[in-house]
Amino acid sequence: MKIQPLSEDSLIVYMGDGIDRLVARKVKAATYRIRQDLFSYVVDIIPSYNSIHLTYDLTQADFFWFHSQLRGLLADIDGMTFSDQKGAVIEIPVYYGDEVALDIADIVERCHLSRDEIVTIHSQQLYTVYAIGFSPGFAYLGNTDQRIAMPRKNTPRLRVPAGSLGIADTQTAIYPSDSPGGWQILGRTPIELLDFQKSSLTPMDMGDLVKFVEIDRKEYLSLGGRL
Amino acid sequence: MAFKVINPGLMTVTEDFGRFGYQHIGVTTGGPMDEHAFLWANRLLGNSFDSAQLEITIGQLSLEVQQPTTIAITGGDLGASINGKRIKPWFSYPVDSGDLIAFNTAVNGLRAYLAVKGGFDFPQQLGSASTVSREKIGGLRSDGKKLAPGDLLNYKPTHPLPHTSVPSQFIPDYQAPITLGVIPGYQCDSFSKAEISKFFSSEYEVSADIDRMGYRLSGEPVHSSLDGIISEGISYGAIQIPKDGQPIILLRDRQTIGGYPKIGCVTSLDAARISQRGPGTKVRFALKDIHEAEADRMIYNNFFGIGRRIAPVN
Repeated sequence: MKIQPLSEDSLIVYMGDGIDRLVARKVKAATYRIRQDLFSYVVDIIPSYNSIHLTYDLTQADFFWFHSQLRGLLADIDGMTFSDQKGAVIEIPVYYGDEVALDIADIVERCHLSRDEIVTIHSQQLYTVYAIGFSPGFAYLGNTDQRIAMPRKNTPRLRVPAGSLGIADTQTAIYPSDSPGGWQILGRTPIELLDFQKSSLTPMDMGDLVKFVEIDRKEYLSLGGRL
Repeated sequence: MAFKVINPGLMTVTEDFGRFGYQHIGVTTGGPMDEHAFLWANRLLGNSFDSAQLEITIGQLSLEVQQPTTIAITGGDLGASINGKRIKPWFSYPVDSGDLIAFNTAVNGLRAYLAVKGGFDFPQQLGSASTVSREKIGGLRSDGKKLAPGDLLNYKPTHPLPHTSVPSQFIPDYQAPITLGVIPGYQCDSFSKAEISKFFSSEYEVSADIDRMGYRLSGEPVHSSLDGIISEGISYGAIQIPKDGQPIILLRDRQTIGGYPKIGCVTSLDAARISQRGPGTKVRFALKDIHEAEADRMIYNNFFGIGRRIAPVN
């Protein structure tokens, strides 16, 4: 673990190298501790892959005090072992039909696999939320099976419909709202993943485990999915 | 009690001190680009430091006053007038029913702030009235859109206030040469000594590519030994160096995480200063000690009565 000051009121804690689900679990555990113990001094917290970015309230804490609190709080975290045991899994229904899988033809061609094989490979796996960003509620999930790893589109779409499920390299994600984007789209969820009116805002948090569950057209529509 | 928007101008948005506590789900802070001008506008009227205001970029805004109140205008001189009579920024002014407050175009600086006694009563989304167009959040309709003709900007009735003005030593000169203090950090070790000295000894120019997310500069390219990094949280004022070596200073509406190497952070007070500068402005960087920057900021917070920012627990 390494704490690095960044600005008058922000710092970053690096918790490991590389994109690794055990490092992500460590980040999740440390984030939880910070939220529990230091929440009245923290203005904002951004856990991401192998780091935690913190903005603290200079009217409540200064550099030395906050750094020493943080060091104390996280002192034993490097020595802790984070197993791969499965915790709660967030299940997200996805319709993989051609009418919403905007890039399925390209994906089939690039992977030399059938549509069904791609869907099976994509949906049978458990993913880790590595980071949330790019746009509100956009969760980077990894890692996909190498067989369906996919470069981004050469020309990004100007508008990717909300709920679209994409792949870029070995990461996969759902666009929570209509936005421009260059990921290859292979399905769509009928579930609202970002709701500013709801207190939970988004169901996913950094370090969570996610599974995609294939649904058919009828289920997709009955859950409120749009075509 | 309201101002009626006659002409919304090129880019007029509602801003308060920012939206805190939601960066973990990718929601940026927003907030006033020029915090100094924003804080003075509230101070001139005796408002709370974080009362919501209008941020007017370039100009062209006009508003019809429906009930008497007192306004304050700070920041850039965008050719403001009341009923055609030219008024200067950094003052408060009483306004009466039927008055027309108008902004023409940027004479000096880029952004003006218009505050009203008691603060505007703008709708809040996730605890803030700040508008972030990219995220479709905040603003009068909670959709991230800028002002539109016919919009009503509500405020509470107040007694007229005596004229107040900002003491001259607190009024920045937007034409003066500008040097930004930089706290080294993030991937600064991935820049060689030669690259670091190039960065701190060169003059950069503000490009045409500037918005509330960030300021792209052009000049002597500097290169990190890293192509990219694992995406990580981005501080206000962080200086991102993409492959072309041209620095980008990330400001209020910045993305919360990013994967480009960063050389350090411009201090918050200096990040506010750059936001009044337009394309073509020459900029230099100077090393700033983090403890000195912290002390400066604490004194500043005290001066403006900046209080605790309570983030939601989640």
